[in-house]
Amino acid sequence: MRKLLFALAAPVGAFVLTIIISSIALWMFGSNPFSAYGDMLGHAAKLETQVDILNRATPLYISAVAAAIGFRMNLFNIGVEGQYLFAFLIAAQVGSLVVLPQVFHILLIMTVAVLVGAAYAGIAGVLKVTRGVNEVISTIMLNAIAITGLIALLQQRWQADQENFTSTTLGTNPIPESGLIPNINGIVEIFTRDIGQGKQLTGMLIVAILVGLAYHFLLTRMRFGFDLRASGANPFAARAGGIPPKRMVVAAMVLSGAAAGLIGLVELNEKAKFSPNPIKGLGFAGIAVALLGRNNPGGMVFAALLFAFLDVSAGILQNTQAATKEIVNIMQGIVLLVAVIAYGVTARIQSREEAKATAEALRATEGMEVAT
Amino acid sequence: MSMEKWNNIPAWIRWPIYALLGILLLTIVQGVSDVDRLTKVSTSREMLRWAVPIFLAGLGGLFSERAGVVNIGLEGMLILGMWFGAWGSINYGPWIGLLIGIGGGAIGGLLHAVATVTFNVDHIISGVAINILAPAITRYLSDEVWGSPTTSPATSTPDVYDLPILGGGTVAGWESPDLLLEVTNLELPFISDVAGLLRGLVTNLHFVSLLAILLVPFTSWLIWRTRFGLRLRISGENPSAGEAQGINIIFYKYAGVIISGGLAGLGGAFISTELSGLFQGGNSAGRGFIGLAALIFGNWRPGGVLVGALLFGYVFGLDLKDLDGTASHALLLVNTVVLGAVAIWAATKNRVADTVLAAILAVGAFVWWLSADAVPGWWSNILPYVLVLLVLVFFAQRLRMPKALGQPYAKGGR
Amino acid sequence: MTAAIELIGITKRFPGVIANDDVNLTVEKGEIHAICGENGAGKSTLMKILYGMQPADEGRMLVNGEEVNFSTPNDAIDRGIGMVHQHFMLADQLTVLENIILGAEPTNGGVIKFKEAEAHLAKVAADYGLTIDPNDMIESLEVGERQRVEIIKVLYRGAEILILDEPTAVLVPQEVEALFDNMRELKAAGSTIIFIDHKLDEVLEISDSITVLRHGKTVASMPNEGVTAHDLAELMVGSELPTPETSESTVTSTVALDVREVTVADEDGRNVVENINFQIHKGEILGIAGVEGNGQSELIDAIIGTADIRQGAMSLLGTDISNMSVRKRRELGIAYVPEDRHVEGLMLDAPLWENAALGHQTQSPYGSRWLINRDGARTQTELIKEEFDVRTPNIDVSAHALSGGNQQKLIIGRELTSNPSLLIAAHPTRGIDVGAQAAVWEQIRTARANGLATLLISADLDELIGLSDTIVVMLRGRLVARLAPEDVTPRDLGAYMTGAATQNSDEAA
Repeated sequence: MRKLLFALAAPVGAFVLTIIISSIALWMFGSNPFSAYGDMLGHAAKLETQVDILNRATPLYISAVAAAIGFRMNLFNIGVEGQYLFAFLIAAQVGSLVVLPQVFHILLIMTVAVLVGAAYAGIAGVLKVTRGVNEVISTIMLNAIAITGLIALLQQRWQADQENFTSTTLGTNPIPESGLIPNINGIVEIFTRDIGQGKQLTGMLIVAILVGLAYHFLLTRMRFGFDLRASGANPFAARAGGIPPKRMVVAAMVLSGAAAGLIGLVELNEKAKFSPNPIKGLGFAGIAVALLGRNNPGGMVFAALLFAFLDVSAGILQNTQAATKEIVNIMQGIVLLVAVIAYGVTARIQSREEAKATAEALRATEGMEVAT
Repeated sequence: MSMEKWNNIPAWIRWPIYALLGILLLTIVQGVSDVDRLTKVSTSREMLRWAVPIFLAGLGGLFSERAGVVNIGLEGMLILGMWFGAWGSINYGPWIGLLIGIGGGAIGGLLHAVATVTFNVDHIISGVAINILAPAITRYLSDEVWGSPTTSPATSTPDVYDLPILGGGTVAGWESPDLLLEVTNLELPFISDVAGLLRGLVTNLHFVSLLAILLVPFTSWLIWRTRFGLRLRISGENPSAGEAQGINIIFYKYAGVIISGGLAGLGGAFISTELSGLFQGGNSAGRGFIGLAALIFGNWRPGGVLVGALLFGYVFGLDLKDLDGTASHALLLVNTVVLGAVAIWAATKNRVADTVLAAILAVGAFVWWLSADAVPGWWSNILPYVLVLLVLVFFAQRLRMPKALGQPYAKGGR
Repeated sequence: MTAAIELIGITKRFPGVIANDDVNLTVEKGEIHAICGENGAGKSTLMKILYGMQPADEGRMLVNGEEVNFSTPNDAIDRGIGMVHQHFMLADQLTVLENIILGAEPTNGGVIKFKEAEAHLAKVAADYGLTIDPNDMIESLEVGERQRVEIIKVLYRGAEILILDEPTAVLVPQEVEALFDNMRELKAAGSTIIFIDHKLDEVLEISDSITVLRHGKTVASMPNEGVTAHDLAELMVGSELPTPETSESTVTSTVALDVREVTVADEDGRNVVENINFQIHKGEILGIAGVEGNGQSELIDAIIGTADIRQGAMSLLGTDISNMSVRKRRELGIAYVPEDRHVEGLMLDAPLWENAALGHQTQSPYGSRWLINRDGARTQTELIKEEFDVRTPNIDVSAHALSGGNQQKLIIGRELTSNPSLLIAAHPTRGIDVGAQAAVWEQIRTARANGLATLLISADLDELIGLSDTIVVMLRGRLVARLAPEDVTPRDLGAYMTGAATQNSDEAA
């Protein structure tokens, strides 16, 4: 109970503080914070908006899991951004080249995406263990190389291959229907009214849920997950405990990249191709969601939903003119910064409390006198 | 001359010799490849313009990391500097604009210090948070102030200078000779190339560029000769030892990180007031991160950071004027020679893996150079980043970072 | 005459623990005052309070008769108090001079006057008869030299009252002699010295007065006249200080670990372990004596597999392990008690049962190749808790919440219950209380009687002599002596450890 209280205190506190700060920011520039928040909440109460939120939360959550796998062993994969965009492009191209029975076609595209993401992330892992290159710097550089180099190059090349090339067919060739995961409106509509405005709930939501469950199982039940956490908790003790540090770095990087490869599939399924201007920034946002959700499979669900809600709210603010829509980015940034600070503080208090409680419990049971 | 003797020569003599050797290499390659852009005035001018923000961010990183705080938030602080610099310059003129830019970056630094020093948040995590927060703030402010989240009106910048005598600058009404121009025009092999490159560094000189170059000796002096520097260094090497001697480690860590933000902010203000002439979202182009790479390349020393920044700036600057890809193509030959040298150097040290890797890369670059007349645009786009990676691949293990870098510090050891 | 230091009623509480409970201490000017007590008696906390590193919760402090209230070390330094820490407070990458002037830099508008500093340093060094090269990097210095830098650092700032926190812990007996000579010179020059130690012979040799702490309380304070080690021991622990007693030999003829001509190189390619040969039989404890940094750590790393060997071979019960991964070796039965439990032993923020699983997570009952068996791991941890007397309310608390002794018992428990054939124990009782110490010794002995082969490394020479069946001495990466514990004294060992005494190399091998 007490533990739960501690776990909740930080995010709730961070959220309240964020509301206060962003209210001040809104008020300073002459907007009414309450009408802005009212518009956001009213909008989010609609079923169609909720579909939008889930569609946005899905890639954010997968991205967060990708980042969290690295964070769990103090490995900072800042390169999720480049990994998912690169994987997205290759998977879209491969998917457009074949026609297969639906299940196989979908699995092929997923496999390609996962392998490309894993391989690209693996480069940073290999550089770290063989050459001692810090993964933060190498993944940042690999991001730039993927986005301004490889993707630009390949996109150009594959675009030129298209028959009947016009400005509206920019991007890779369309993927045949058989390669796309159908929307899951039907499942939701069992419980709700029909979804309107032509909104479609992405089938990737199911994949994201499976990714979350797999991540949870990995951490709590699997030996590899134990090794991963041990390497993060104390790399020296882990090594002495038989966990090969170098192999763990590469494995964690590859696994993180594999998850990252799935991020772009949400957009792939929606647009049936790699469009020339894919949604960017999901990799960095995923890092934020992972940090906000404390790398915890459940916590990241809430964090992803919060970030998605804020992203989706930007639209309504623009419509109602209640406030500048960029306020939602500010709120995301502030909630993140305040939350990481709050987590640090509560963690410290918690560990102090634990030491105290342990010593007291011992004294109570044994009448022992304990000194430092 | 033995390696040891060579290393005993002071750095300020050694580095210019390296630079001359580098220019000699460029000249020779130019002769072979029939391009002239590698040593033109415009190239070195672009190099400097690119290098200045990278250097300022890297030097900022030096202050922070010498105090033991990893700063990947430099990018965010640079972005804050970009916005505040633009805003200040539009409203209060160029000089105040620079100051406000410094202030904007310093606020980012302050946030990072509060999170990492006071609350012991992991340095990378706090940096990531600042990198996410900073663009959000600037988008919001831009939209509120200028009605567009990504663009500002035109900014203003202090006038540029030509240095007297070397670059034909005017002193008190006297138009001094332009020595380097004359030497360049003589078209002597090598010598004119050196003059051309140098001339880019002394003409059309922005105040901030000049300041940046002067910051190298100043920072060295500050770090190695002053009380502030010694205490800053102990904060990054062994803070408990400093604390035991009665030093307020928290103060020096804060100082280091805030100065770090201020310098990155100045770099950002330079981008929005001089390089782009306006604030534009995304114009930071990762220079904060590249500055961090320059810091690592420079082994946490001011001169080294400058060399790293100039190197990266050269590749960026060359790319900018290289629309047909011929100069970048010629650069492949430079790559071949340098990688070959690395291979030989590694071979003398009995480092087999390095030798093989460098040799393979050298041969690859050479084959590419032979088989094409120009390289495609995407290659020149990624060249700087590839360069950073290569530098780290071959030299990461030779570097020595501050010993307590990235470690949490709590007063009294509890 | 007013006392140099007077502490009255000092009390300091940490969460759940009272470190100092109404402590009183009076130190006269110009004396060497020893403060002794076993680990955890509150000595270091008391000194941190006196040096302004931690505030006391209650109590008064008088320095030279004046009441003081320190909030930072600077306040203490201003009053002429200097402290030499047990763990050296030096920055490796700074010069001796930079380390010494730190905090008291002579400056001109913020610019350090290095010339003046160097001159002052030379004067201080000469006054107290201490020599040091101011421009050496700390990383190039030996342990004894580093300690000298620490002492000069304190003197440089004009300290008249010196606190030496367990200064002999890192020194061999011969270096201790040199330190004591320095201390006598300091005393002759008028300094007051507070000397913390728990080695009784040293306390009796050097001190003028002695204060004994136990469980955070002052139990006695007396001049060093007619006091015996026996008296002190009784005061410190409430009974006689235990030393391990050798028991009947259980050495068998089966070789467990066979190390042949093993050489290990460090990162720079220098041989830090050179051509080492030894065997450990089942039921045998082989002790390795040596000053820290003579290759013992690297030898251990090579045996458990965290370092590669350059030459030679190792086998465990006939199986060649020279190139096996750490995990394979551990699965084969190598148990490891690391020298620093916080570095290589525990995940401090993880619950006890996960800590118990660490190193054995691929084996029953903790887990298998793919999965972790949470129930199995928890049951096993409960078992360790009972059998090895780990004092904890439950097995879900984080490891950091336990006292050092209980953390160590958990590690010993997890290693010994894994049914090992070889135990590598590095400083198994370092920094734990007497009760836990005796328990650890007992557990190691029991395992030995059951046929466990043990490699023991310890800086506590009494422990080494008391537990080992055979002792070898390591110096500069080589085994230089092979001794029978029955007929060596700590002093003899010290001589071999520093190279003052030598043994014919055939005998050593």
